[in-house]
Amino acid sequence: MKKDEVPQDLSSLGKITKEVCYATDSTGKYVTELSSGWDVKIKALDVAWEDIAKRISAAKEQVLNKQASPLLFFMEYRLMDLSILADYTGFWKWQIKQHLKPAVFEKLSDQKLQKYADAFNIKVEDLKSMTVHED
Amino acid sequence: MKIEFEHRQAAHCESGVTSNLLRISSNSKITEPLAFGIGAGLFFAHIPFIKINNGPAIAFRTLPGHIFNRTCKSLGIPVTRKKFSSKEKAESFLQECLNNGHPVGCQVGVYYLPYFPKEYRFHFNAHNLIVFGKDQDKYLISDPIMENATVLDSYQLERVRFAKGALAPKGHIYFPEMGTAITDKQIKQAIKNGIKKNVYAMLRIPGSFAGVAGIKSTGNKIKKWRDKLGLQKAGSYLAQMVRMQEEIGTGGGGFRYIYAAFLQEADSWLPGNQLADISVMFTKAGDLWRTAAVQAAGIYKGRIGSQEDFNVMGNYLLEIAELEKNAFLALKNIKWQ
Repeated sequence: MKKDEVPQDLSSLGKITKEVCYATDSTGKYVTELSSGWDVKIKALDVAWEDIAKRISAAKEQVLNKQASPLLFFMEYRLMDLSILADYTGFWKWQIKQHLKPAVFEKLSDQKLQKYADAFNIKVEDLKSMTVHED
Repeated sequence: MKIEFEHRQAAHCESGVTSNLLRISSNSKITEPLAFGIGAGLFFAHIPFIKINNGPAIAFRTLPGHIFNRTCKSLGIPVTRKKFSSKEKAESFLQECLNNGHPVGCQVGVYYLPYFPKEYRFHFNAHNLIVFGKDQDKYLISDPIMENATVLDSYQLERVRFAKGALAPKGHIYFPEMGTAITDKQIKQAIKNGIKKNVYAMLRIPGSFAGVAGIKSTGNKIKKWRDKLGLQKAGSYLAQMVRMQEEIGTGGGGFRYIYAAFLQEADSWLPGNQLADISVMFTKAGDLWRTAAVQAAGIYKGRIGSQEDFNVMGNYLLEIAELEKNAFLALKNIKWQ
């Protein structure tokens, strides 16, 4: 890539910091050039977040239909899978699978709920009521 | 408490941290591309059966930690590295290092990294930054991908040092011994070693998921994605590949441009070995990766999406595989002058 071809499409990162790219100058020598973003990868990131938004809304629906506990919603909201949530809470994956059932979730102790709330960085009431405060 | 340290922005976090930590010892000779090349940073792998963020697990660089380790080892610099089970011990060790005047590298997760924009915060735990002092409750942070140095309070730093999930950092801290001078002779030898290791990684690792064989195999898989996954999911897979290839921290073109810059610098250290010519081959590879990314974007933007478009996409990777194979064969066959 030539230095004057380094893309300058403004990305959400570009508003905070430009990124270093390696490119060649007119003599073919490598130099660094700052880029504020590239349309191709801005769209790639958008696709990732659109997919996440779909997963979150599907999870919300499952919780409202009593097919899953609010844990599922917050897992998707925090981009976590079973392994990540298990690592953050100290529960086994099979335990979390149980807790994903609404009937089992209803009976969880405050102590266990607190572990989940900490992992999601939210309050226990919000976990139970599936309430999101933007952070 | 502030240690004498100058923040410099880099393309890639680990090679940036490595080069910045070695700046004094190497008298600024170990640039980011040299650290990347000596650390044999270039790679390709498409790990089967594993999903990351519900997409394919594709990497364009070597395993986290390898660049720093290999570079220091090749240059004969002793390294201190520690992981911790206790958060308190991790912080007191950090304090101790800073008190002794050591800037230190830390592996962190980016999900809770406050100065990153929200759109970039995934559970990615192999990011690297340097802590170079403390001012009141704020740690002074040099994050190589940021234009300027920044700060984190104790809690924020602890949270990212103890992020959980795959490749959890566990407070991982590392730094090269100070005061060890690096000679030009060592740098020349280290460049040769780095190239040799990278040739091995790209040409000789057995199996079809890594190195140039991996690029070829992924190219062939992409042609089947449309039928196997459906247009929309195939588009999401391609978007994920493009992010791994082009996003922040790659220097563009799936790290191929950093590697080309490395070979160009290596040519001035070891002239007469055609390294500058081989560098041009990697520039071409980087350009072709970017052309492929434009094709992929056409698909995930919904502008194109026929089977023929996927064939074109897959064929780009086959072409890249061939090009990189020839480039690494040229490196393999060097009779060092």
